[in-house]
This record gives sequence, C-alpha cells and structure tokens, in this order.
Amino acid sequence: MAKPLKCDVCDKPATVHLTQIINNQIHKIDLCESCAEQKGITDPSGYSLADLLVKPDEASSSQMDFDVLVCSECGCTQREFKKTGRLGCRACYEAFASMVNPALESMHRGVSHKGKVPRRALARKSFADELDQLETDLADAIGSERYEDAARLRDQIIELKKSATELVSED
Amino acid sequence: MLIKSIFGGKSEVTEASSKKCPVVLMTRVRLARNLSDVPFPGWAKESRRQEVLETCLPSVTSLPQMKRGISAELSGLSDLEKLILVERHLISRELSSHADAAGVVISKDQSISVMINEEDHLRIQVIKSGYRFKAAWSAIDAVDTALEEQLDFAFSSKLGYMTACPTNVGTGMRASVMMHLPALVISGQMEKVVRAVNELGMAVRGLFGEGSDASGSIFQISNQTTLGESEQEIIKRLSAVLRTIIDQEMNAREKILEKDAYKLFDKIGRAYGILRHCHLLTSSECMNLASLVRFGVDLEMFPEKTRHIVDRMFIECQPGHVQYHGGQEFDSGARDAFRAEYLRKQFENVERPIFNLHETPTSVDEPNDDDPKKETK
Repeated sequence: MAKPLKCDVCDKPATVHLTQIINNQIHKIDLCESCAEQKGITDPSGYSLADLLVKPDEASSSQMDFDVLVCSECGCTQREFKKTGRLGCRACYEAFASMVNPALESMHRGVSHKGKVPRRALARKSFADELDQLETDLADAIGSERYEDAARLRDQIIELKKSATELVSED
Repeated sequence: MLIKSIFGGKSEVTEASSKKCPVVLMTRVRLARNLSDVPFPGWAKESRRQEVLETCLPSVTSLPQMKRGISAELSGLSDLEKLILVERHLISRELSSHADAAGVVISKDQSISVMINEEDHLRIQVIKSGYRFKAAWSAIDAVDTALEEQLDFAFSSKLGYMTACPTNVGTGMRASVMMHLPALVISGQMEKVVRAVNELGMAVRGLFGEGSDASGSIFQISNQTTLGESEQEIIKRLSAVLRTIIDQEMNAREKILEKDAYKLFDKIGRAYGILRHCHLLTSSECMNLASLVRFGVDLEMFPEKTRHIVDRMFIECQPGHVQYHGGQEFDSGARDAFRAEYLRKQFENVERPIFNLHETPTSVDEPNDDDPKKETK
C-alpha cells in the first residue's frame, strides 16, 4: 500500500492531486484541502503549477526555493528566469546550466550549435585576447627586469599585429 | 514623414508578387543577435539599453543594404505609425509596445528590417514575396555578416548565438512562410494539418501571429527548433513539411471542385458581390473575402491581375492602414465605411467571375531560387 501523500505546502494529508503537462514534462503537486482552497485551485478559470510553486511569498517553503542560483554577471535570478522564460545575459546560460541544459535538450534537436559562425568577430576577439595577454606579460617582464623575455614578447606583439593587418587586407 | 516614405516606394509585401504562387504568399527569415557584453534587453537597465541603441542604430543604418531606407527610434513614432509598421510585418507587436530605447531600420524596398532592443538586441528580418528561401537566406546572411564586422555578437562555440530565450539559441533563426490554405479550411482539415505539422517540430499560427485566429485562411508555418542543426538543414526540413502541406491543399482543392463545386462557386460569387456592392466592411470579413477571391484567381475565375488587388487587401485593409488613408481619426464604424468604399472602387473594373468547371491548374509552388543580385538591381 502506498503511503498517503502529504500536502506539498503544509504536510497535512493531501487530498487534492494535480498533474500538468507542460512541454511534454509532467509536473505533479499534492495539496491538502485548505491549501488548495487558499491557492485558488478550485477556481475553474485555470492557473499554472509553475505560478503556484514560485509565488514569492511561498519561497520560504522548503525545497521549492528557486532563488538558489544567481548569475554573477548580471544578477538575474533563477526565479526570474522561471517566471519570464528569459535569461538576463549570455553568462546566465552557464549560471543556470542545471536548469537550461535539460530544457535545451527537450526543446531542440541537438545540444550543440551546427550553424553559422561569426568568423570575423571571433578572429577579432582571439586577436584582442592574445594581445592583451602578451601586453600583460610584457609589463610583468619589464617590471621584474627580465629584459630578454621582454624583447621576445615585444617581437611577438609586433608579429601578431602584423598578421592581423594582413588578415584584414586579404579580403 | 516616416509614413510617407513607407507608402511612397515599392514594397516587397504589396507590390512584388507578380509570379503565380497559388499557396505561398511570402517567405520570411529572421535572425536573433545580441551584443556580447550587455545584458539582454529584457533585463538590461534603461541606460544599457540606450547604449545598445546608440551603438546599433548607426551600425545598421550605415549598411549598404539600408541605403535610403528608414531609421527611427520607436519613441519618435506615433501610435498609428507603429501600427502600420506592425501591419506590414516590419516590426513586431512586442517592439511597438516597448518603445523605450528601441529602434528600427528598414530598407528602401521594405524587404529588410532590423529591430533594436526587442527581445534580443537585434532582430534582423528579410521578407521575400512568394516562396524563396534561398534568396531570403542569402540576403539575411549578408546583412548579418556585415553587422558582424562592426559588432561583437554573443556567441559560444557550443551553444551558438546566445539569445534571451533559450528557444532561439543556436542559429537564432526563425524561417517561415505565409500560406494561403482556403481548401483545407473549407473542408475542415486544418486542425488535422496543424497537429501533424506540430508533431514534425514546426509551428503553425494564424496570419497575425500569436493568439490570433486564422482570418483569411492564411497561416504562418515556421521552424520551432534552432539548436543542433545548421540553417540549411532547418530550411530543408521545413521545406519538406511545406511541400506536404502544399500537396494537401491542392488535393483538397480538387476534391472540393469534384464534390462541392456549387458551394464553392456560391461562396466566391457572393464574395465578389459583396466586394462590389458593400457599404460597411470589417477587417476580418474583408480578409475572408480576399481569401475567396484569391482562391477564385487560382481557379482562373478572375483574371490573374486580380491577385495583385487581393494581396494588397491583406495588408492595406487592416485598421491602421485604413486609418491612415482615411486621413483623420476614425472610429471603427467610419473605418468600415471607408474600407467598403475603397474596395468598391478596386473591384469596379474587375469582371464578374467565370464559373467554368474545369480542372484545377496543375502549376504548384516551387521554391524559386532567383539569383538575389538580380532583384536588388
């Protein structure tokens, strides 16, 4: 015999059981009668399980806290993402990976990009990154009076800049 | 100012369709792009959004494709101007309602538009009349590549182009066509088609996007997935689905002519009668009449040149356009009267339909892979 289910909100025996299927994913919730009434589930005009679970005033209730993850780049929270379905910035894909990745898997036909690549922009970026690194190293070398290293780094920077201008003039 | 140039020139949506396209009215491709070091528009602070607008607007405006086009900040447009741009598919409803720090650049022939600070920093769109994915893709690819010269897009080698909504990540591409499917609607098969198309991973929507009904029997069919396949693969898969829908529609047309020709003739005849003699016409009735007349043109009941009138009706009988042409602030009753008068004039010289029961024309839509250079001449 299965144990009687407990209310997800207050731990009383649950008498209201709800199942919603959103994007082929099953979401279940069990509630006692008074919590069900309080949350307006008896309202026939419909509601969403997601709303039910992420109402701000319910955030304190145990494991249903969606505010655990915050994007360190832009400050967007996991709850915000849940609510709007939109991410805050490019770094959110990393910050909320545990949530985004399974979603990507279910909504797309693959999990890695196979299409167009912004070649020029990427080349520009890797050039900038490399130059940045070399210049930092150069400053370090000069600072610690390693003049042989500094000369080598200076040559590398000149070489890098030359190759970048060649790349541009090629096309 | 803006509006004049919209109506003054030739436009892809209302003018270019001279070729015979019984089912596919127009092809559209859009790309979502974001700058790499600014939060997405929905989360960015006003000042950052303004920064994006100030960076992107001049970049986009300076493209050779946008020469002598229109470039505007949304805050500088009137509600009517915004409505007209929405009705011409040049901006989205979403952009028109979030006017702060938003902008749009539109090419002279209105085939290319770039929205700034919509859901993503940039939404690039190309519209081509008829069924022309190759031309649309090569045009949009060129715009995107040119922008990439000046702007650093948020891109990762694993996830591709990063977008505000994970449903767009990867290629950031939504490819779609507008299809006119009167026979599938009349014969009650549309629901079945929608279900089948959804199962194949494609989306079907009524003419004017989310939540609208299918007035005029016009549907937009587009890809739903953007990650895991290249742009070409997505378009190829979409085209295979479109091919099937076109075949289904042509079959349904044949069947109606076999079984219910008089019912169809009655509908088309009445539509013609109303268009010639009406004095009040709502925009949704107008769309449905336009649909029937277009069906009649396909069946050679009306001369081919009537198609042009009908395709304009789909755009220009919408409320914003009627309001503009009416030249004053109209209430909806006055709009309906104005619309009726305009159509009576349009149909004054259209001969009454010829109801000869003959075979349906055998020509079907084929992707038309014109050299895009030819069109931009």
